[in-house]
This record gives sequence, structure tokens and C-alpha cells, in this order.
Amino acid sequence: MRTVAIHAVPEEQLTHVTFDATMEERISELLTHYPTRRAALLPVLWLCQERYGWIAPGVIEAVAARLGESPAFVQGVVTFYTMFYTSPPARYVLQVCKTLSCAVCGGRELLEHLKARLGIDLGERTQDGTFQLIGVQCLGACGSAPVIQINDDYYENLTIEQLDALVDELSQGKEA
Amino acid sequence: MEPVLLRARGVPNSRHIDTYLAAGGYEGLKKALTMDPEAVTKEVLDSELRGRGGAGFPTGRKWTFVPKEHPGPKYLICNADESEPGTFKDREIIEYDPHLLIEGIAIASYAIRANTAYIYIRGEFVRWARILETAIAEARQRDILGASVMGSNYRLDVWVHRGAGAYICGEETSLIESLEGKRGFPRLKPPFPAVVGVFGKPTVVNNVETLACVPSILTRGAAWFASIGRPRNTGPKLYCVSGHVRRPGVYELPMGVTFREIIEEHCGGIRDGHTLKAFFPGGSSAPVMTPDQIDVKADFDACAEAGSMLGSGGVIVLDDSVDMVEAAANLAHFYAHESCGQCTPCREGSDWAMDILDRILEGHGRPEDPATLLRICQYASQGMTICPLGDAFALPISSIVKKFPYEFERHIAAATPRPPKKLPVLPWAGPRPGFDGQ
Repeated sequence: MRTVAIHAVPEEQLTHVTFDATMEERISELLTHYPTRRAALLPVLWLCQERYGWIAPGVIEAVAARLGESPAFVQGVVTFYTMFYTSPPARYVLQVCKTLSCAVCGGRELLEHLKARLGIDLGERTQDGTFQLIGVQCLGACGSAPVIQINDDYYENLTIEQLDALVDELSQGKEA
Repeated sequence: MEPVLLRARGVPNSRHIDTYLAAGGYEGLKKALTMDPEAVTKEVLDSELRGRGGAGFPTGRKWTFVPKEHPGPKYLICNADESEPGTFKDREIIEYDPHLLIEGIAIASYAIRANTAYIYIRGEFVRWARILETAIAEARQRDILGASVMGSNYRLDVWVHRGAGAYICGEETSLIESLEGKRGFPRLKPPFPAVVGVFGKPTVVNNVETLACVPSILTRGAAWFASIGRPRNTGPKLYCVSGHVRRPGVYELPMGVTFREIIEEHCGGIRDGHTLKAFFPGGSSAPVMTPDQIDVKADFDACAEAGSMLGSGGVIVLDDSVDMVEAAANLAHFYAHESCGQCTPCREGSDWAMDILDRILEGHGRPEDPATLLRICQYASQGMTICPLGDAFALPISSIVKKFPYEFERHIAAATPRPPKKLPVLPWAGPRPGFDGQ
């Protein structure tokens, strides 16, 4: 498995977003799935997050204009869901599951280990912008606890040693 | 029992359509297309299949609620949001047998005369959303989906729709709102989705495991399905076992095995040197059960009789190393985070319960805390909220308070009063750097 790093486009470059031909084509395709334009909002936001790394205010304006919604409505949707980044994320977002099965099967220890090793608290990022640590609720993989999601990928049944090796690999710039 | 839902687990290249077709796949759909939609629904009704997402509502009955004469479009939604803590069965079906799910979706869509189906999958499941998209593309290429389903004049499009991180979107009306591109706020029922659902049209929402049961009901018959388990609690069931057992995982067993069989036989018992303390029978939203209830049958009616629920079949096993107050606090954090915020008893209640439980754990419990927790739970359940999330947080927490009172007493007996809070200094009370004196 190769976890792909996130490359967040700086906010300065996202003040006036215009969708290029590729994006426009994919949005048009998405719109054929639904009878209303609004229903394409979540898929289009996912598309934007893939492309720009996060949902900047400028992206919200562009999406709103494209789908015929107000920026306020789009902002409301973006902030309701936990997975849309409203600030630029680090290259690797370590999402540690905190819910019961993981917590009692080593998840708490993994979290404490990561905090100590990276020198950051929950919600913070390392200074070089490589790692960001967040605690998340149940990832739906309780049978292979403890579980960590890094960007799009699940890492299950993790021991502290495996986690260390993984963090080493990612921080050396190699993609795991 | 030979596996039905997990028959592809361990089969090489099991996801590919050719592997599925070689194993007799899409025969159920082929058969359904020769029948009347009503006859298909009748078959599912006779099988006594009950919804595997948590509520256990008879699937065939749900389908009959869709008004037949409705002139406009109708929709089928497959709920793959799988976010109940302790539940990880749908992912297993998608991982090994995506075509089984697609066949179930096609049959259900045909039965309710829907020409569009959506699979709403939780946002975190990126890998599994891709697996489904690949499988749908394969099926479309072979004319199993599309303008002419298996050469008939029935048209069906299936689309994958990813959520974006919200437990509440597993609730069917919230899922519908989310699919429409809005915040996932549950709707008041009635009207039920079968009459007014997504885009205002009749909609059936079924869980992944439920739909995966449908193809074999068609090929093997309702009587075969109903012969597994006992009346009203029929068919194979996926039990997800997590926590302190030797072999956690997903087990396909006939509905109605006992929790003892699941935990001791299939999962190898509790890990070495420990004993069972408590278990949640059906995801974290079910009232907790204790070791003396281990011989209860793991089916809908037996769990209800025992004062709990089978829910999604997510069995969370806790051994004697667990502090039940900590377990309650952990769940309170989950529900406080996931409450959508529409209804006061749930939004404020889950937060309040979380604060009390955290305070007890910090060593500042008060004698009246257990009673306060029970009162909060009482007001968040019993239909005081739009959706069942109120009950979902109230039931496990109140059951822990009731069944493990001595654990609360132990914390509270050793507690000290909380030191008074240091109030923050208001911003204009001190010097304002870079502002004053300029």
C-alpha cells in the first residue's frame, strides 16, 4: 500500500478559483447522477479536496457558484462533516480511532506514543508540516483494533513498533 | 452452516465479476426479472428477513409501503454508512463480494420499481467506495446494469455516493438529507421515506447485509431462508466481535446462536488471565449485558426480551480490566461528538453526561451524579428527539449506571471537591499589547 501525501495548495492561490477543463468534465459527469444540482455538492467537494488538498473559502465560493447555491449554504455543509479540511492539512494526517473497542485494545497507548514521539498534541501538526495528529470516532474496523487512518488508507492491528516503522518511512519522504 | 454472505471470503480474485458469475452469481436477479415485482417482494416477505442495519424491521414489509401507483421516479438507497461502534460487517461484504451486494440492490430496486439506486458509503471507506465503483463498471459493461438489465426492458443505474464523516448519516432520514447535498439533519417521521424520501420521492433504504441476503432468497427460496434460525428471527447473520476476545472478527452464523457460542467457541473466549465483565450485544447503542446473560440467543426477539437489542450485531466484549465508568465516558464522548444538534435533549444531554463522567474520572464525582445521569438519559430517550440518537446515547449509559453502580460508588467515595474554576480574564481588563499607549 502506498499512502499518497496531501499537497495542500496555499490559500493565496485559492482566492479566485476557476475549474479547469478536467474538473469541469468531472463535475458535469457527477451532475448526471442526480436529479438536482444540490445533490452533487458532497461529491464536488470531495473532488475539490482531492485537487486542492482542502476546502478554502475561495473553493467554497467557486463550488457555490457552480452549483447555484449560496456560499453560506455550502459553508454550512462543509462544516457539518468532519472530513472536509477547512485549513490546509499536513502531508500526512494521522487519524487515531478513540472509540471503545480501539481504546481498550491499545488505541490509547498508540495515541500517547504518537503524541510523545511527534511532540504534538491532538489537533496539532509538526513544524515541518509532515504530520498532523487528530483523534477520530469509530472508523468501523473494530475487529482489527487498534486502527489508524492515514490520509485515505486504513492501518489495522497496529503495534507500537509497526507504527514507529510507518512514521519513520513517511517522515523520510518515502511514501509508505 | 455453509457461508452465504461470506462465501467469497478467502476465494482468490473473489471481487471480479467472472468469479462471481462462475459461482452462480446474478442467477437471483435473472430469476427475479422473470417474476412480477410484487412476487419478488412476496418472496422476501415470506423469508421473514429483517433489516440488518439495527432496527430489525421486516424488509419485505418496508418494500410494500412504496405506493405502487406513484407515477414519478422511485429510489433505492443502500446504506453502507456503517458507523455504529463495534460494527464492521458491511465492509467485509464489500471487500470480498461487491457483486453480491450489487445483485441484491438490483433485485430490491426491481421489486420497488426503482430505476436509480444509490450506495451511500461512509467517507472514510475510500478503498471500499473504489471497489464498488469498479464492480458497478464491470456490471454495466456486461449489461447487468444499465438501460437493459440482463436483456430485459428494465433500466437501472447504480451510483456510489460518499459521505464525509458523520455518524448521524447512518440514520435513514439523515442519510437522505445528506444525499440531497445538505447537512445530515434527521427528518421527522411520518411521512416515512417509503412515501416521501430522497428528492421527495418514494425511497427504500436498506442496509448492505440486508440486501446481500436477497439474492439467495430468490435462488434458494423463502422457505430455505426461513429454515435458518427460528420464526421471526431467520437467516444467516454476520456477528462482528471486537474487544477482549482471542479472535475478534466477523463471523457468519445462523441467527439465534447464543452469545456464549459466539464468544467462547468462535472467538476463542476472553484473552488470557481475564474474565468477561460486560458486553454490548448490538453495537455501542444497545444496553450493556452482563456475564449472567451470556446464554441469551443473539437474535432480535431474544435480545429485546433480555432488555437490550441485537442492533447491527456488533458485539463489543469487555473484560475485567475495564473500568465501566471509563467505558461510559468513552461512549459519551462519541455521542456528544456525533449528535447533530437539532434536538436539545440529545445535544445538551450528551454533552452534560460527558462532562459529569469526565468529572467523576478526574476524581471529583458527587453522590448525586448517578441519579443525574439517569435523569439526563431519561429525558433524551422515550421519543423526546427526532431520531433515535437520543436513545442511542441514553440506553448504554443508563444501563451502565444501573448495572455497575458500585463502580460509580467507588470513584465517588474517593472523590475530592473540584477546585473552583479559574475564570478567564476578560480581554479588556489588562494591558493591550500593541494597542495601548500608541
